[in-house]
Amino acid sequence: MPGFDFSNYNRNAALHARGVPLPKATSTGTTIVGCIYDNGVVIAADTRATSGPIVADKNCEKLHYIAPKIWCAGAGTAADTEFTTALISSNVELHSLSTGRDPRVITCMTMLKQHLFRYQGHIGAYLVVAGVDPTGVGLYTVHAHGSTDKLPYVTMGSGSLAAMSVFESMWKPDLDKAGAVELCAEAIKAGIFNDLGSGSNVDVCVIENDKPTQLMRNYERPNERGQKERNYRFPRGTTAVLNQKIITKEDMKKYVTIETLSGDSNLAGDMDVDS
Amino acid sequence: MTSLLGHPAGGEGIGYSFSQPTAAPVKQHGFYPYTDNGGSTLGITGSDFAILAGDTRSTSGYNINSRMVPKVFKIGGDDETGEGAHIVLSVVGFAADGNALKERLDAVVKMYKYQHGKPMSVSACAQRLSTILYQKRFFPYYVTAILSGLDEEGKGALYSYDPVGSYEREQCRAAGAAASLIMPFLDNQVNFKNQYIPGSGEGHALEQKKAEPLPQATVEQLVRDAFTSAVERHIEVGDHLQMMIITRDGIQEVFHPLKKD
Repeated sequence: MPGFDFSNYNRNAALHARGVPLPKATSTGTTIVGCIYDNGVVIAADTRATSGPIVADKNCEKLHYIAPKIWCAGAGTAADTEFTTALISSNVELHSLSTGRDPRVITCMTMLKQHLFRYQGHIGAYLVVAGVDPTGVGLYTVHAHGSTDKLPYVTMGSGSLAAMSVFESMWKPDLDKAGAVELCAEAIKAGIFNDLGSGSNVDVCVIENDKPTQLMRNYERPNERGQKERNYRFPRGTTAVLNQKIITKEDMKKYVTIETLSGDSNLAGDMDVDS
Repeated sequence: MTSLLGHPAGGEGIGYSFSQPTAAPVKQHGFYPYTDNGGSTLGITGSDFAILAGDTRSTSGYNINSRMVPKVFKIGGDDETGEGAHIVLSVVGFAADGNALKERLDAVVKMYKYQHGKPMSVSACAQRLSTILYQKRFFPYYVTAILSGLDEEGKGALYSYDPVGSYEREQCRAAGAAASLIMPFLDNQVNFKNQYIPGSGEGHALEQKKAEPLPQATVEQLVRDAFTSAVERHIEVGDHLQMMIITRDGIQEVFHPLKKD
């Protein structure tokens, strides 16, 4: 059966009505940005994932692959951004195969908004979609309820105001690649330092016309871990040892069985694999 | 026919639910005077010193109000700088209440000195702070306080409080947003909980490692390590670490940088 499984819906609704709290989803209280330049588009993201006030992941990846020249930055519920982009990526690939053309950013954006609108905001994915296609450069934002925007520079997530303040004071038309990358990194850093939901490192992705896409993972690392002043290794025997059993390398043979399989040894070599 | 139920006389026909004019819903006004300003504090005592520390970040929601709002205060000093004080108070929770509480305790300790001609002891100040907190039992100061100084024997003293005045003297205590992250670390590294003496017995019959007062340099390192770790995993802790080191020579205040993300 396709789609989501709602079989626990009634049980969970009854439980919730009786005061059982909802499970806490890992939310990427995030800063994500995008900016176009003369020959392409740059998107960037921070790398903090949170669960309430606790940092769940200090170096997560918020830049998602859709197609070789279409990438997506995701904010909101981590699982929703992950699965929604993966689903659309799959459909975009099939669509491209069926039409025999390179996928377009606007197609991808339309598929995303139609998917998200159908779920009336319950899929908490807030995305920045960017890429280059035969029609040129594309940069869009898609909100969880299905609304979209097309702008030369965009920000999303809890750090969107901090990041937008950088764009609004430093953006200018006709940026070159280096200028766009630097501006995006600066916007993300504004989010990292001024928004508590964002933190750690800057990831950048550059999608340029007639060039392979560059994903610059941890393009900047402005928050290296502080060094510990004391040594926290415990001497052997600090915790109780209730029993121990030593298995030597020779003894290992007792636990493994080795069988030689019959049949064609060159099975993989004869297969007709697409090149 | 008389209505036994005391319904209005007009209600003899069919009772339509919309026949009675529905009263306009009562507008409920809400006012919640408290906010949580995040941050964390930590205190550890030794044989002849006490250390009280806290980060200096003030937050509201996902925003940073300021990167430099100290949470640790000198109490009962001779001037605004706190010179001559021998008691230190840390407050974490609602910053406005924390400030009000600090001001009140400071005034109380000063008045004590003016009236009695001698400085207030830490134990007396601790009892007074409990009373101040409990006086506001039904509109509390929304703070977790830690009071520290040296006792009559010159040993490090530390008292920890809940918002309504329940208090206890302890060796160490973490409070605030990252208390649940720091306190287990302190249990293990200060009181040596879950640490056994290697080779002291078989199976469960091991001898617990005994807690003893730690040297000042070790405690300073533990405090800094506790905060560098809390900063890694709690979003409301960061910017700077403020440490007050209380010895018989007076109170030394030091700041260390923490991560700012």
